[in-house]
Amino acid sequence: MSAPNKSYDPVEVEALKPEEIERMRDEALAAFAAADSLEALAHAKSAHTSGTSPLSLANREIGALPPQAKAEAGKRVGQARAEVGRALAARQVELEAERDARVLVEEAVDVTLPHDRVPAGARHPLTTLSERIEDVFVAMGYEVAEGPQAEAEWFNFDALNIGPDHPARGEHDTFFVQDADGGSDSGVVLRTHTSPVQIRSLIDREPPVYVICPGRVYRTDELDATHTPVFHQVELLAVDEGLTMADLKGTLDHMVQALFGEGMKTRLRPNFFPFTEPSAEMDMVCYVCRGDSIGNPDRPCRTCSSEGWIELGGCGMVNPKVLTACGVDPSKYSGFAFGFGIERMLMFRHNVEDMRDMVEGDVRFTRPFGMEI
Amino acid sequence: MRVPLSWLREYVDLPATETGRDVQAKLIAAGLEVETVEQLGAGLKGPLVVGQVLTIEELTEFKKPIRFCTVDVGRANGTGEPQEIVCGARNFSVGDKVVVVLPGAVLPGDFAIAARQTYGRTSHGMICSGDELGMGDDGSGGIIVLPPEHEVGTDAIELLELVDEVLDIAVTPDRGYALSLRGVAREAATAYGLPLRDPALLDVPGPNSYGYGVKVADPIGCDVFTARTVVGLEPEARSPIWLQRRLQKAGMRPISLAVDITNYVMLELGQPLHAYDRSRLDGPIGVRRAEPGEKLTTLDGTKRVLDAEDLVITDNRGPIGLAGVMGGAHTEIADAAPDPETGRISGTTEVVIEAAHFDPVAIARTARRHKLSSEASKRFERGVDPQAAAAAAQRTVDLLVLLAGGTAEGGVTQVVAPSAPRTIAMPANHPDRVAGVDYGRETVVRRLQEVGCDVYGQDELVVTVPSWRPDLAEVNDLAEEVIRLEGYENLPSTLPTPPSGRGLTARQRLHRRVGRALAGAGYVEAPNYPFIGEPVLDQLGLQADDARRRVVRLVNPLSDEEPALRTTLLPGLLGALRRNDGRGSHDLALFETGLVFRPTGEERRAVRLPVDRRPTGEEIAELDAALPRQPRRAAVVLAGAREQDGWWGKGRPADWADAIEAGRLVAREAGVELTVRADQHAPWHPGRCAALYTTVDGEETLVGHAGELHPRVVKALHLPDRTCAMELELDVLERAATGAVQAPRISTFPVATQDVALVVADDVPAADVESALREGSGELLESIRLFDVFTGEQIGTGRKSLAYALRFRAADRTLTVDEASAARDAAVALASERTGAVLRGA
Repeated sequence: MSAPNKSYDPVEVEALKPEEIERMRDEALAAFAAADSLEALAHAKSAHTSGTSPLSLANREIGALPPQAKAEAGKRVGQARAEVGRALAARQVELEAERDARVLVEEAVDVTLPHDRVPAGARHPLTTLSERIEDVFVAMGYEVAEGPQAEAEWFNFDALNIGPDHPARGEHDTFFVQDADGGSDSGVVLRTHTSPVQIRSLIDREPPVYVICPGRVYRTDELDATHTPVFHQVELLAVDEGLTMADLKGTLDHMVQALFGEGMKTRLRPNFFPFTEPSAEMDMVCYVCRGDSIGNPDRPCRTCSSEGWIELGGCGMVNPKVLTACGVDPSKYSGFAFGFGIERMLMFRHNVEDMRDMVEGDVRFTRPFGMEI
Repeated sequence: MRVPLSWLREYVDLPATETGRDVQAKLIAAGLEVETVEQLGAGLKGPLVVGQVLTIEELTEFKKPIRFCTVDVGRANGTGEPQEIVCGARNFSVGDKVVVVLPGAVLPGDFAIAARQTYGRTSHGMICSGDELGMGDDGSGGIIVLPPEHEVGTDAIELLELVDEVLDIAVTPDRGYALSLRGVAREAATAYGLPLRDPALLDVPGPNSYGYGVKVADPIGCDVFTARTVVGLEPEARSPIWLQRRLQKAGMRPISLAVDITNYVMLELGQPLHAYDRSRLDGPIGVRRAEPGEKLTTLDGTKRVLDAEDLVITDNRGPIGLAGVMGGAHTEIADAAPDPETGRISGTTEVVIEAAHFDPVAIARTARRHKLSSEASKRFERGVDPQAAAAAAQRTVDLLVLLAGGTAEGGVTQVVAPSAPRTIAMPANHPDRVAGVDYGRETVVRRLQEVGCDVYGQDELVVTVPSWRPDLAEVNDLAEEVIRLEGYENLPSTLPTPPSGRGLTARQRLHRRVGRALAGAGYVEAPNYPFIGEPVLDQLGLQADDARRRVVRLVNPLSDEEPALRTTLLPGLLGALRRNDGRGSHDLALFETGLVFRPTGEERRAVRLPVDRRPTGEEIAELDAALPRQPRRAAVVLAGAREQDGWWGKGRPADWADAIEAGRLVAREAGVELTVRADQHAPWHPGRCAALYTTVDGEETLVGHAGELHPRVVKALHLPDRTCAMELELDVLERAATGAVQAPRISTFPVATQDVALVVADDVPAADVESALREGSGELLESIRLFDVFTGEQIGTGRKSLAYALRFRAADRTLTVDEASAARDAAVALASERTGAVLRGA
């Protein structure tokens, strides 16, 4: 603020005339409105609000006025400057918004661009399907049991009531392991089923025993569209007091419902396995046609060949001889067991047409299955 | 076992409307695995008639000899005129009775017959072979020549029983009785609730002393031996059509009348029979074990050296047959053949029929030892009804008399070892307890009686099992009979409640996490067969004494190229990599987790433990000691780009560092820090190979290796250049896991960051510099990170500059610049002392 200028005649101060102040204000407002960019606005701001702008200069003159004129002139100039300030701020906001809008448009990208910098990995569906099945039973309280793949014949056969002369022993297409000297009588085989894990489980634990045994097994089949010498099974074993075939049936029904949905059920057909008695073959209702394709040529079902049922595997009540071989008293305990092949289930659950696709490790086959199944 | 439905109906009056599919469903429910129902003669349509060849004109102007025939078909062609037919077969003569198909007929396979031009003549129909009629190949390769007694014009569809259904049953080892029409008929009768006409219920004369001499030296191996003699057989007698057709439908080839009859009776009653040419027998028949080294030429023409355990049939000169498996060539029934000089038909005219019962185990072993599975051995192994032997012999005699014009001699030989009927004691409610169903005593008794058992007692049943069911030996066997006849489909569904579980084990959870982590990092799981050959171990460049060369070998590998089991996951995984690369996927990251087989060479034979009790801990340990170690491993292989080129810029190839990082990734899932050291280890590049270590029980332990593969290995295995790999032992990581993570204390005071660049000699491992800095920094150090490695003129040759960012922080105060600098200086000082590091620019 400048000091009163005693040599100055206030009446003669042109700049403080009301019409002059209005003009200066209007010029400023016009300049701001005309500014079409933040740069132009900055320029106009400097011209109309800086210390050397007409209004500032006019403001400086107020001090020279006589006291009775100061108040009115001050009010007039103050109002004009406030108005200019508001207009500037408003225009600033306007232009900044315009700029922001433009910049964001300029920064826009094509969000549909692919991003496959590191291609996705995946777990093999045989692994994830096996885990899925394990989880059904783990949730019920079962343990997952494992065992060696090169296994003693006693575990793979004898303890399962498949003695050396049992016809079933010859039907197992067994890989035999050489002994340390290259002889053929090592007593060790590549396990032909996961059943030896049942035996190990029964020997390791005291009943009640509820285990599920997933794993790789071996048979001397050449690889083709429907056979593989190395495949995967899941077996279940329950040994407790008072278990019945109805319990076996219920457990199977529960499993297929958990894996294939509500309303699924199983069917048992008599069969023979040395390690179970009674024994059964188990089928599940076709999860695609639910049996509607039986005798209905208009609605054929590829999944079950219009049989209405899909063969799953074998099951039965644990043969008391097996319990005895494991030191479990068959007069006190009974049990049931079932087993089936994961490859087969993967084939019909996911329409795999050729067994070789599951064993060759082609990434194009495995990737779509992702992490879970 | 193939069962023609028409034959089955002979023993059970199945409703006429029942189709093969209906019977199949019933038998499946009863436990017979009827795999298919074959429709014989499906689509077959006449006229198909018996004809007689009148004239044959040989046409010789063609590549093969062709006959133009006229055949009398009676009124079947509507005119009674001879039918003109062109025929390519030659096994017939003028006057022979043949089967003629006339125009308008349709043969199996939708083969419509019409008059047609061929070989310059018009053929009005065809003279048929068995194959063309869907009868199965009779091996003759020619047309059917019928016995002369069949009249011209007779409908051949009926005569040859061409329309039928055949059930094909896969008989399980416990149901030997179902390897006969008698056994299947019994199941069908029970399933339909109809009476059975048991073909074994025959009048059989009692044994006497003037039958053919038989000496059984081993009554355990052979507990029943019946011998009957039939003489005066007409050598030229042929099997009638009905007999041939039944054999064909059951899957057997008609051979000669005597052989056909023994096969027929075997199919009917399940009793294997053997017919000896009596004129070729020298003295009484004996049954004994073979002398070691004895030789026998069996019917299949193979000369066999016998084992002391083999059960043999003998005469005075030695073995004449492998008991229950196959007869010898010497005493074989001679086929009828015309004498080249006299033209008289000669052949066997006197036979001795053997119907015996042999020990299943002895037969199974002999069949296995000589790799000789026959229709007879198949039945004896699974159990034959010892009480059906006499009836089977009688049935054979009857048929030989009826069909071959023979005369039964009065002598009946029967050597029978005394045996008591087998009984099983069973609580009457046992089937109920097994099934979880309330059947009640009455049902249980009725069902057991249907099976053929005699049942006595109230709450405790005494069950005498029938002679044809050797498989019924335990209470659960009886329970199964009751439950299956009541219907497995009627079992209720109940869910048992196991005790509360504890979920997966730590090892199982680790295995799953590792799979997920690797897949999450872009690796695709590729589980491989564990079969390997020696060459791949050479290609991997393994030294002669490398432990991975000590392999488990298979006695019977699928391929001689791959007779051993993997000791490392790499061969399989690299094979999968190569396969993918060959199929056009070049940017590859694969992983596998699985067992490897690592024998010590000290494995001893796995003994056979008893099965009548739980084995002791020592016995189990002994069995386990026979097994190779089978640790679980994880491995990855990489080739091509790890990161792809794209709109974002350049990608980068997979390299040794990715492989090592995969090792760290797996270790992190186990909660284990790896120590990485340079190593030289096949199959890796000697300058780009890391050994991965961790601490197990206080000991530094090798976990595995990672890096780039040796260029020679890449070349030998035809892999993409710069293929990288990592393999480690998951079981070691699991043992190294330290348990629950201890939570760090989080200071909220500001961080003080200090960067240092240290110059060291090229061969100083960065890990050594880092560990010195870490140690020298003291407890204020929060983290350290190598953010640049620089080599160049400014640094000097043979040297490199390592730039680290050190972050310091105190738990209780804001650090001063002096404190942070002092910690940094201490770190540099220790690095300098340990590794000769010099502060860059100093």
